[in-house]
Amino acid sequence: MIPTVFLVSIIVFFLIRLIPGSIVDSMVGQLEVYGGLTVEMDSSVIEKALGLDVPIVVQYGRWVGVVPGADGSFNGIFQGNFGTSMWRPATVLEEVAFRWPVTFQLGLMAMIIAQLIALPVGIFSALRQDTWGDYISRSFAILCISIPYFWLGTMVIVFPSLWWGYMPPIMLIHFTEDPMGNLKMFIIPALVLGMTMSGMTMRMTRTMMLEVLRQDYIRTAWAKGLRERVVTLRHALKNALIPVITVIGWQVPVLIGGTVIIEQIFCLPGMGRLLIDATLRRDYPIVSGVTLIFAAAVVLINLMVDIAYGFLDPRVHYK
Amino acid sequence: MADSSSGGVAETKKHSALVDLLIRLVKEKPLGMVGGVITLLLLLTGIFADFLAPYPYYQIHSADILGSPSAQFWLGTDFMGRDLLSRVIYGARISVIIGLSASTMATLVATFIGILCGYIGGKFDLIAQRFVDAVMSLPQLVVLIFAISVIGAGMLQIVLVLGIVWGIGGSRMVRSAVIGIKENVYVEAARAIGCPTTRILTRHILPNIMAPIIIYFSTVVPGVILTESALSFLGFGIPPPTPSWGSMLTGGGRIYMFRSQWPIIWPGLALATVVYGVNMFGDALRDLLDPRLRGGVGRYGVRAEKEEKK
Repeated sequence: MIPTVFLVSIIVFFLIRLIPGSIVDSMVGQLEVYGGLTVEMDSSVIEKALGLDVPIVVQYGRWVGVVPGADGSFNGIFQGNFGTSMWRPATVLEEVAFRWPVTFQLGLMAMIIAQLIALPVGIFSALRQDTWGDYISRSFAILCISIPYFWLGTMVIVFPSLWWGYMPPIMLIHFTEDPMGNLKMFIIPALVLGMTMSGMTMRMTRTMMLEVLRQDYIRTAWAKGLRERVVTLRHALKNALIPVITVIGWQVPVLIGGTVIIEQIFCLPGMGRLLIDATLRRDYPIVSGVTLIFAAAVVLINLMVDIAYGFLDPRVHYK
Repeated sequence: MADSSSGGVAETKKHSALVDLLIRLVKEKPLGMVGGVITLLLLLTGIFADFLAPYPYYQIHSADILGSPSAQFWLGTDFMGRDLLSRVIYGARISVIIGLSASTMATLVATFIGILCGYIGGKFDLIAQRFVDAVMSLPQLVVLIFAISVIGAGMLQIVLVLGIVWGIGGSRMVRSAVIGIKENVYVEAARAIGCPTTRILTRHILPNIMAPIIIYFSTVVPGVILTESALSFLGFGIPPPTPSWGSMLTGGGRIYMFRSQWPIIWPGLALATVVYGVNMFGDALRDLLDPRLRGGVGRYGVRAEKEEKK
């Protein structure tokens, strides 16, 4: 887990700095346009102010917090400082602080909706394998994966407004101020995203249920004369769910990618929009910081999935 | 590919494996057949776009801006007065090219990394897997946006980036398949008689992991088609005026979406249909190729087992 996060930090730090079009050039360009460029203030001054004048490896060291900064003090991620935005007088953590609840709520709601759709349909589909019910459920699952959510999102903005004059609210409603209004605001984006996410879990649930249902212990359960509900829910589902949970872990990166687009479409001020804006503005610390936070979240959730394994599957033991 | 049912064995004697697969597809997987037809239509549309499209995709009919479907323009026109039908047809070509080349690339990358990691194992595998973990823990879309920003937007770049990123993801699957196979006695026997490693990999390992590789390919095709359009939608994909279905949904189409809905309906509909079809087809293929899930006719596979005993 630690090496993964370390590698991620290297990837995000160096990859973003490889993007052509440096921030210094665009700053100089802006200063020229607005007349703020004085004789003694050329690109080297800006570079120095942004800390871009030292070699990139030193920059990385400073960012992580193992190399002293220009003033001789260690001030990096190890010290709890993810850097400062290069365009705005705000640190990365300040920028993230009021945005992460939006992304978190959107992601969580989408995930819950996805499971609410996926598990019942997946189980039903497996129990009625190769009947019309199965065909319809599987078509639905594949439809969920196939409909591009950025298109579906656009459609649910355009048509309700044309037919009923309904527009999603522009201003963000905080949960603490107006819980119902907040949920109303998030439910449509979360549904759109959740539908996309559900397809994969649905297929996985079906596949795993089918595999488990052919095991000997299920035959034994039937032979004992147990009721269908007990066989399917208590004997089959419990065993089928374990791999399904892994899929949920895998889906977290997909979910984050989804929130990036959904936030863009529904104008939600979340971390995804911050990331896209910062990428376009070449705001290196924001991009690296936000991506690292995303990656850390993914690693952490997958670690939690692994730990959950130990509780769900008694055969798994961690030393 | 030995078939468990007696009918299947008789058929394999008469036809090649491919024909046998097709017959079983038609017989057992009606939905997969529908998907196959959609896939075939997409392929043909992409190949023969020049003959099918009524107008060039860039031709501007300035008198008909944001037109509704009519006899002249079957699907209407966009904000610049370009025929939507032609643009959707040319968009199919982009999807075909991306879908096939990026997934081929992804499959090659996945196979290469997977076989190396799985067969060599040890420290090499351990280190390589940490890299795979690192890439996998980054949201794919974010990595793609970065990579496209670095090397610039364009068809070749998209294929490269999609292929490598998806390939790294798929390498895990190939790796685990290789690990499952390399402990088999015949691999050990090959090693014992002094077979060179390359020969073991290509002659003994590779043929045995073909089924998961084909399955992986079939899952990647719809995935890369969708991802390409998502990237184009965000403006990191194929630059205009080339009509990609994703880029048609953004830009002008989005600005004028409250005045005319046709420009944003058709590309999305085409995209959804195609991805649906390819997914269905791939799904059916997977069911036919994966021996564990094969032959389930009745509930819980009870009836299927009875048939086997006949």
